[in-house]
Amino acid sequence: MLYREAGQFKASYKADQQIFPIRQDRIAIGLILAFFYLVVPFIADQYWLQAIIIPVLIFSLAAIGLNILTGYAGQLSLGSAAFMAVGAFGAYNFMLRVPGMPILAAFVLGGLCAAAVGILFGLPSLRIKGFYLAVATLAAQFFIVWALTKFGWFSNNSSSGVITAQKVEILGYTFASPRSKYLITLVVVTLLALAAKNMARSTVGRAWMAVRDMDVAAEVIGIRLMRTKLMAFAMSSFYCGVAGALYAYTYLGTVEPEGFNLDLSFRILFMIIIGGVGTVLGSFLGAAFIVLLPIGLDNLLPVLFGNVLPTGITSNLQLIVFGGLIIFFLIVEPHGLARLWQIGKEKLRLWPFPH
Amino acid sequence: MNFFFEVLIGGLLSGVMYALVALGFVLIYKASGVFNFAQGAMVFFAALTFVSIMELGVPFWPAFALALASMVVLAVVTERVVLRPLVNQPQITLFMATIGLGFLIEGLAQGMWGAAVHGLEIGIVDEPIAWTMDNWGIGVSTFDLFAAGVSAVLVTVLAVFFNKTRVGRALRAVADDHQAALAIGIPLQSIWRIVWAVAGFVALVAGVMWGARNGVQFALTFVALKALPVLIIGGFESVAGAIVGGLIIGASEKIGEVYVGPLVGGGIEGWFAYMVALLFLLVRPEGLFGEKHIDRV
Repeated sequence: MLYREAGQFKASYKADQQIFPIRQDRIAIGLILAFFYLVVPFIADQYWLQAIIIPVLIFSLAAIGLNILTGYAGQLSLGSAAFMAVGAFGAYNFMLRVPGMPILAAFVLGGLCAAAVGILFGLPSLRIKGFYLAVATLAAQFFIVWALTKFGWFSNNSSSGVITAQKVEILGYTFASPRSKYLITLVVVTLLALAAKNMARSTVGRAWMAVRDMDVAAEVIGIRLMRTKLMAFAMSSFYCGVAGALYAYTYLGTVEPEGFNLDLSFRILFMIIIGGVGTVLGSFLGAAFIVLLPIGLDNLLPVLFGNVLPTGITSNLQLIVFGGLIIFFLIVEPHGLARLWQIGKEKLRLWPFPH
Repeated sequence: MNFFFEVLIGGLLSGVMYALVALGFVLIYKASGVFNFAQGAMVFFAALTFVSIMELGVPFWPAFALALASMVVLAVVTERVVLRPLVNQPQITLFMATIGLGFLIEGLAQGMWGAAVHGLEIGIVDEPIAWTMDNWGIGVSTFDLFAAGVSAVLVTVLAVFFNKTRVGRALRAVADDHQAALAIGIPLQSIWRIVWAVAGFVALVAGVMWGARNGVQFALTFVALKALPVLIIGGFESVAGAIVGGLIIGASEKIGEVYVGPLVGGGIEGWFAYMVALLFLLVRPEGLFGEKHIDRV
């Protein structure tokens, strides 16, 4: 009754090409954005902002990046954390070496560095497919982290490559409090997420999906494989790079190359699998799930078993539950949390009538 | 020149150790098309179970049998709980499931036996053989030679198993075509159980060998990461490929470490093997022995 497209006629090209063609969707998105922009900054305390909401937003961005590559273009990658590292270190170096560099420009340039590196490591994808490619992207993961640790130039010769992010300052205003950092993260993530949503249905996005579904067929109908695949790598790495820069500047403040290890890559991969491959919404849901799960387990386990468990057991129990939940989710809903929303949408269309 | 040969031989022999781990991947990929990322965790689980049972005072072979039994149980449970519900899902889903499975197994192993580092003594000393040292001036470790011998035996046994036995033939049939195999009455599920159990056996052997060399500890799970370049050089579907790939990776890694490493400041062992593998892939995208598939629209 509430969620029905009937009667919403599209009378202009502009109306036909909106990112959210259904009025209820637009209202919902508007409400959600209003909630996150106007309500959350006032109700969330420092812990929530810093430990939960900011990382969820940043990981959502990285997950969107990986989703572009894996979900839309079908190229499995295990190196997304390394591209985040490139973004973080790129932004750091631009801020460090260019006097008066605006921070947002540094984020973009960091993302562009990541994109360039992404194109480089995407070159093998022109020849290699599937799991062979996945393993090949591990080369990027290990090589980039090694290079950032090994060559002091990247981290301004600090020990073991640790960098401390500079102040985030725009037009003389310093973003120091968690609330202001949250807002700047939110702005970047909103813009890029909307751009991704838009890109997914553009020529490029459709070309990606054609390549994903069958690259030989895509080539036959005139899609240039090389350009499309490298574009996917570049775009994906750009998103990961910006996420990495945010990770350093608005979330942790101090990062080291080792922090962007294979574990982080896997976590981002989990986010898109659990959230839903090939959806922007799924990236957000997956990121929220993966960030909240360990925190939830931390709080839940003492409640269930009391405080008698030694920490060794708790951490192992966490591993077991984490692994088990991933398997459980894959079995119950292989298309991810975003699929649940799809199903809900179908139901809403009919509600409250049974047929 | 002697030094070069020493490095080369040392590399080849340690490559055999990588091949041992890679074998487990190949077995499972061949029979079920699953890229089993939990193999490293399985190696860890097997080694830890084995060494913990031995520390309870059980002699070598009964402990080995008990550890093997636990791997078989693990295989059966995995098939029932993870693989069967995920039949017909895309490969990436299964791959993700095995990553989850890896976490589960790691947690399980440490939860059961604790996270302490165990030493494992199997009665082979890790020192150079005097004879080669005296005659050629080349140091070859007895332990490495022993490991090579074990792998040779293992590969032979597996080759006989795959080619000469009924079950082995059924495995190859399943590997070729799931549906055709089902149609002629091969029980897919029990085949999967068997192949995961065999992979568990390989993991146990690999775990014992690696554990004897580096101690049984959590780092054993990372051995799987070393096996991946081996895998892509050799091809996912080929047992022989795993061995040849292991030799290539082992040798080039050692040579790279000695001759290239100092030029860039060392620490290259983490990625060098991957770069070598990448170069091979650019020439042979399916690995050296992988099955070439022709894409049709």
